[in-house]
Amino acid sequence: MAQDLKRRAGDDDRVTRTQEMLYELTVGEVMSDNVVTVHPDQTMSEIRILMRDNRISGAPVVENGKLVGMISIEDLINALLEKRIDVPIREGMTTDVDCLYSDESLVHCIAKFYRLGHTRYPVLNRKGELEGIITKGNIVEGLLRKLEIEYEQTETKVSAARQRPAMRKFFEDVFADEISFTFKYNIVGQTLQHAGTAASELKNALKKLGVCPPLLRRIGVAVYEAEINLASYTQGGEIRATIEKWGVSVEVLDSGPGILDVEQALQPGYSTAPDWVRELGFGAGMGLVNIKKCSDEMDFTSSVPEGTHLTMRFYFTS
Amino acid sequence: MKVRQIVNLLKATVITGDEFLDGLDIDRCFVADLMSDVLARSHNFGILITGLANIQAVRTADIADIKAVCLVRGKRPEQAAVALAKEKEIPFFVTKYTMFEACGILYAEGLKPVEE
Ligand SMILES: Nc1ncnc2c1ncn2[C@@H]1O[C@H](COP(=O)(O)OP(=O)(O)OP(=O)(O)O)[C@@H](O)[C@H]1O
Ligand SMILES: [Mg+2]
Repeated sequence: MAQDLKRRAGDDDRVTRTQEMLYELTVGEVMSDNVVTVHPDQTMSEIRILMRDNRISGAPVVENGKLVGMISIEDLINALLEKRIDVPIREGMTTDVDCLYSDESLVHCIAKFYRLGHTRYPVLNRKGELEGIITKGNIVEGLLRKLEIEYEQTETKVSAARQRPAMRKFFEDVFADEISFTFKYNIVGQTLQHAGTAASELKNALKKLGVCPPLLRRIGVAVYEAEINLASYTQGGEIRATIEKWGVSVEVLDSGPGILDVEQALQPGYSTAPDWVRELGFGAGMGLVNIKKCSDEMDFTSSVPEGTHLTMRFYFTS
Repeated sequence: MKVRQIVNLLKATVITGDEFLDGLDIDRCFVADLMSDVLARSHNFGILITGLANIQAVRTADIADIKAVCLVRGKRPEQAAVALAKEKEIPFFVTKYTMFEACGILYAEGLKPVEE
């Protein structure tokens, strides 16, 4: 990959810079350090729940501070097929684990990803202790973060117009590897005090990445409406926006109370907004209608009392 | 029409964003107290006239790319609303006129409505 980048360099100095970053950044700087680990005595069925709840597809197995193996969805599927779902992880995990060290440069790390083909690697310090975990997503995120910082710093010097497409181009290069990039926001329920900050931050981030103004506005409006609903009617929830090759997908999840009649909630003008929400300018019963209008695709499901799940998709081409 | 002209016509007090008034040209206006009505407009427009004095009026303007916000009936905006308007560089001003009068004045001067 480093070779590939080298060949493409020259037509755009930002790419050259990206390439340099691969040497400057270390694995430790981009890895995620809050790792969900498991103990070898836990059962395979416990890991299933852990993976679902944490939305992960694998985890390091740690005993007495030392890494003893890795457990992945593949291992879990194998256990399921062999009807060995109740055995301890110790018997179902992979013990021959390829690792990376936190002080290695990203170039080495990427080479390893390509050579060995795993989707994630545990990261150790030189004492052999587990420090974190790294995926392709972490690499992309780390590079983008650094690129964005430098971009902000140079923005005043060079015209923003010249820089922005380069950022976009970088994104496109990255997408060639089918990697997506997620922004996550936690929304507090039962207060509108901060409602709208997530939508505003997301809009800002997407703007920096070169998303065009009409699409920015549509995403901003839809996410804002969804955020206001979380803040008004739920105990809180989460907004995840993922940038994909084809566009942006946004998921909005809350943990209740849920909606009894979803069809009715989607009707223009239908609202159960309490007074405190109305006093703050909401309760026209138009939020979900707006979300539908602004998004290219919308899916809205709910169950009582578990909660509500809204998915929106926005295409770059629309 | 320059936003400065609108401020003058409405005899408004500028709370923040005075430095942007001469640079902003506006030809459309929308009036609402319910923010989803504002957000339902399918394209951005110039100025929002509202009776809503809290932060969500400014937040809505920011999200919907609205250029300026005018508060009617001499209401005092919440401090958080002013702070956000300053941060987002959205001119924010208050007129003593009622909603009806403010709209009448601007309509007579040729500002246009905003379609769905
Ligand atoms: N996440 C949610 N959890 C529970 N109920 C919800 C949720 N989202 C919407 N609702 C219900 O659906 C109704 C319609 O929502 P919608 O956003 O369309 O309008 P509104 O919030 O009432 O008013 P507006 O959004 O126009 O200010 C709400 O009044 C509420 O009863
Ligand atoms: Mg709503």
